[in-house]
Amino acid sequence: MALIHFWTWLFEKLGVTLPYGWAWFLSQAVFIVVLCLVLMLGVAVVILADRKIWAAVQMRRGPNVVGPFGLFQTLADALKFFFKEVVIPSGSNKVLFLLAPIVSVVLAFIAWAVMPFNAGWVISDINVGILYLFAVSSLSVYGVIMAGWASNSKYAFLSALRGAAQMVSYEVSIGFVMITVLLFAGSLNLSKIVESQATTGVLAFAHWNVFSLLFPMLIIFFVSSLAETQRPPFDLLEAESELVAGFFVEYSSAPFLLFFLAEYMTVMLLCGLMSILFLGGWLPPLNIMPFTLVPGIIWFLLKLAFLFFMMAMVKAIVPRYRYDQLMRLGWKVFLPTSLLWVVLTAAWVVVLRHPA
Amino acid sequence: MLEALAFYLFSAILIASAVMVIASRNPVHSVLFLILSFFNAAGLFVLLGAEFLGMILVVVYVGAVAVLFLFVVMMLDVDFAELKRGALQYLPFGALIGLVLVVELIMAGSVWVLQPAALAVKAHATPAGLTNTEALGRILYTDYVYYFQIAGLVLLVAMIGAIVLTLRSRPGVRRQNIAVQNARTAAMAVDMLDIKPGEGA
Repeated sequence: MALIHFWTWLFEKLGVTLPYGWAWFLSQAVFIVVLCLVLMLGVAVVILADRKIWAAVQMRRGPNVVGPFGLFQTLADALKFFFKEVVIPSGSNKVLFLLAPIVSVVLAFIAWAVMPFNAGWVISDINVGILYLFAVSSLSVYGVIMAGWASNSKYAFLSALRGAAQMVSYEVSIGFVMITVLLFAGSLNLSKIVESQATTGVLAFAHWNVFSLLFPMLIIFFVSSLAETQRPPFDLLEAESELVAGFFVEYSSAPFLLFFLAEYMTVMLLCGLMSILFLGGWLPPLNIMPFTLVPGIIWFLLKLAFLFFMMAMVKAIVPRYRYDQLMRLGWKVFLPTSLLWVVLTAAWVVVLRHPA
Repeated sequence: MLEALAFYLFSAILIASAVMVIASRNPVHSVLFLILSFFNAAGLFVLLGAEFLGMILVVVYVGAVAVLFLFVVMMLDVDFAELKRGALQYLPFGALIGLVLVVELIMAGSVWVLQPAALAVKAHATPAGLTNTEALGRILYTDYVYYFQIAGLVLLVAMIGAIVLTLRSRPGVRRQNIAVQNARTAAMAVDMLDIKPGEGA
């Protein structure tokens, strides 16, 4: 809002009256650019954290050479990728080959448009926010398929087929988990889902979705999001011992960097989504003095960081699944459980909240 | 102004990509153009204020159906040039179907002109005080609940049919039985033998 007034004021100084629509357009553009820059910085931090946690579990030091405590390692890696040569295989479908990483990274960025970081801190507060996120995350499979097919390589193609089957399978249980949450909250708007978990009592955290009927859904969502983002133990797409590096075998330099960026961006997105759906987003855990003074964005980022820490620990600890085990878990365990929970939650809402 | 601009952008890309679906030589490109046209149709839905339908179009058609299309087209080595060779003899038939569709569309559109009273009952994407999703839910689960249930049953039958068609029990396939694996103890798996030196087992 303040930014809209700023643009109107600035253009009045220049002797032009700016219509409200254009002022809105300019301020949205500024917000989007700032969000993208912050997100890329966040990805740099998250990649470093991932490697540090992984190293700590294995009693190594991890990246510690570039900058203090290795803080600039990710930036150094990014620079290295940018200055390398883009190698395009001669047998590849060149347009699709270059389009695939762009599709991946664009989808990873646009998903953040509906993410509420704090009360009102959201680029686009649309009514069907959670559905939008579901749609965007179900599209991320196209980056994988296009890359695998366009590379014209056996390994990449096999990995793309694995990836498509895996992501479509776990998409189903993620969808059902989202349905339980939106039944419980009574809205598809992400801000309203967070507000539905608010309470005036002191023990605010007890009112979060995670400490309710929906607790098992957090576990299912967590594991499904590991599979959805191809993180270990479900990284069958890039199983080094079988497929060299998976669907991005043929990629080098900047296109590879885009895939890498998109992967970690999606991981962050799903951590943020989990903290909104289950951990009360920007709400403080206790409604008492020092906790309520902390801005909501800090709570949101803390929850996001906690969930990412859990993901990094899983990566460090759990060995890779076999493909049939992965499919069995998705279709025979998660799908029936989440479907049962949809029925249970609907019954809970009808019987306990709206008794006839 | 921006809305009209967005409408013409979406429609132009939609029509162009729909033409490319049948015009492109590579079947994988065809499917990708189909996805692009789905996207732009979803954009048109959002412009109409029917955001729920737009998102569902993307989730169902782009996220699920088109992935399977792409899967099949990539896996099967279909020679589309061979298929297209005899396509010209079906041209009159195709043109006839196209003509029928165009006439029907014109008739549906002309109702608003011929019968101005019909405009009064025109369905609105967002009734006052309700979001698009809530409005759809109220219609679907009250007035049309039986049709909704029947549609669900049809889908269920189709799903069971697909499973029955592909289910075959092959003898001699080794499957992992986790319960049996977990029930296995050291006593069942290991034999302790006391072997004297120089004698062998």
